[in-house]
Amino acid sequence: MFDNFVNLWHGFAVAGDPFNILLMVVGILLGVIIGVLPGLGGANGVAILLPLTFSMSPTSAIILLSCIYWGALFGGAITSVLFNIPGEPWSVATTFDGHPMARQGKAGEALTAAFTSSFVGAFVAILMITLVAPLVAAFALRFGPAEKFAVYFLAFCSFVGMSKEPPAKTIVSMMIGFALAAVGLDMVTGQLRLTFGSEELLNGFDFLIAVIGLFGIGEILLTMEEGLEFRGKSAKIDAKVVLRTWASLPRYWATSIRSCIIGCWMGITPAGATPASFMAYGIAKRVSKNGKNFGNGEIEGVVAPETAAHAAGTSALLPMLALGVPGSPTAAVLLGGLLIWGLQPGPMLFVEQKDFVWGLIASMYLGNVVGLIVVLTTVPLFAAILRIPFSIIAPVILVICAIGAYTVNNNVFDVVMMLVFGVLGYVLKKTNYPLAPLVLAIVLGDSAEEAFRQSLLSSGGSIGIFWSNPLVSTIMGLGLVAALYPMISNLLSRLRSPQPA
Amino acid sequence: MSETSHGAGTGPTQRNAEIGVALLTLLFGLIVVYGSYIVGFGWGADGPQAGFFPFYVGIAICGCSLINLAQGLRENPADLFAEWSQLRQVLKVLVPTTIYCLMVEPLGIYLPSILLIAVFMKWLGKYSWPLTAAIAIGVPAAFYFVFEKWFLIPLPKGPVEALLGL
Repeated sequence: MFDNFVNLWHGFAVAGDPFNILLMVVGILLGVIIGVLPGLGGANGVAILLPLTFSMSPTSAIILLSCIYWGALFGGAITSVLFNIPGEPWSVATTFDGHPMARQGKAGEALTAAFTSSFVGAFVAILMITLVAPLVAAFALRFGPAEKFAVYFLAFCSFVGMSKEPPAKTIVSMMIGFALAAVGLDMVTGQLRLTFGSEELLNGFDFLIAVIGLFGIGEILLTMEEGLEFRGKSAKIDAKVVLRTWASLPRYWATSIRSCIIGCWMGITPAGATPASFMAYGIAKRVSKNGKNFGNGEIEGVVAPETAAHAAGTSALLPMLALGVPGSPTAAVLLGGLLIWGLQPGPMLFVEQKDFVWGLIASMYLGNVVGLIVVLTTVPLFAAILRIPFSIIAPVILVICAIGAYTVNNNVFDVVMMLVFGVLGYVLKKTNYPLAPLVLAIVLGDSAEEAFRQSLLSSGGSIGIFWSNPLVSTIMGLGLVAALYPMISNLLSRLRSPQPA
Repeated sequence: MSETSHGAGTGPTQRNAEIGVALLTLLFGLIVVYGSYIVGFGWGADGPQAGFFPFYVGIAICGCSLINLAQGLRENPADLFAEWSQLRQVLKVLVPTTIYCLMVEPLGIYLPSILLIAVFMKWLGKYSWPLTAAIAIGVPAAFYFVFEKWFLIPLPKGPVEALLGL
């Protein structure tokens, strides 16, 4: 334990380097811009900027990229409160009470509450990462291929169980991801598969292209359909508003703690920030004594979802670092980045790349402090960006996406691929197929398959290897429970109250 | 729904869209199964063959697609996927974007970007020519400096850039 604090202290020395602090500010600013613009979000924003970091040291690069992620998390709140347009899915719940507050002229209070509770949520999650990640990593060092596959199994099962979309749709979306990941050269046998003679498919599908297309182009098409009216409230944040709001926030400590716990839990199991924010909002509404007033501009209704969303978004990095299983699409993109820089995420990272891991964790502390200061001081600027008409911003975003897709592999074909993924993303989104499992499956497909095949090799082809010792059976069992959870809870509630058919 | 002013809005139904997507994923699943079958999905001399994992992935896609298909058939046929007017809006973005993506290969990224921004601003935004020209040329020029000069990442270029000697 004491070791870790020494390491963390050392990490602060790395992250506190003036150049890295500058990167944090740049990252947060870029992230907030990405968060407020339609069509650019945490996942595809990081994916587009990833190629620009190839020339940096991995530590500086991950500081920049993770700060973009924090910025995007902060940015989602701005559009929700001022424009009633959630810039990111996880800030949908923030619109319920945030926008009514803005209509009552309390936009400053709503934003201060949102940013501050985001900060609190993230901070708690980082504390948890600091304390828990090394333990998880140390524990995971003992994992063999069967346990590794079981962890992937658990991750994907929680998607099936937690998703509000029908399970069959979640599975289809996930399996499409696995199939796309399998296209190209098979690393074990050296055979080509699923390419059907096409040369472009030799290297398979790059998940960065998929992310840029699915979330970027798809989102623009969706926005276009909704019509393009941004009629926003203006916000003025000055020190007086901030201090007054801060003074009122400690009253909601119980809501904060509850949301932090929900967020951390939902972030580690890859359910993600969006369901976490809804769940936290729903529970706060039920428990709070102001519950009836929720939806009419209750500050507690901003605190609850924002805290949970950030706690979830941040703790999604724990399984990515310690196990190599990302908890959210953006964490998946960051994991892809680690692989490109030649770092293998997972338990060995804590042993072999101490500087990198603790530099990153220290940068999370600093990045969130920097982020809070930056967003509180620059809100009017970002509100102004939102007033740029869509017919100007949309083509610029399209160009950015195209450049991003090209720079991943310096391949022009990828730009066309991105468009295909964009149309696919639009259609899947409209028919309620979740996109996050698809992306995670593309990223993890090769590792999951490798773990699966290695385990089967050692057992001579018997599926029984996944139930061969208590550890692996427990993880697999948890996975099954997670996947079947909706069915179990459905059954229980039906037993309790027989409904007329 | 207060949208009745547009003549009650017609368009493809959600039911047909769900069925269409389920059929497409089913087709995709079959392709994956077939592709795995070609490379062999059994147990080779040195363990699982290349198609082993994707084969079962393909089977899962097919199975769940059938479930989704059955669910789709039970959808309310009155619900709309989108109104035609909304789809027209989407096509207004999609068609120029498609042309743009196809033009990047022969013409490089800069000229199509200028055209794309100009088309959007003139056609959808109805802006004046000077403003359109300023943004349409200014933004790609800014990208040129950021990527090629600052980060030293070459972007695709076509004959026009060659002519200008960039």
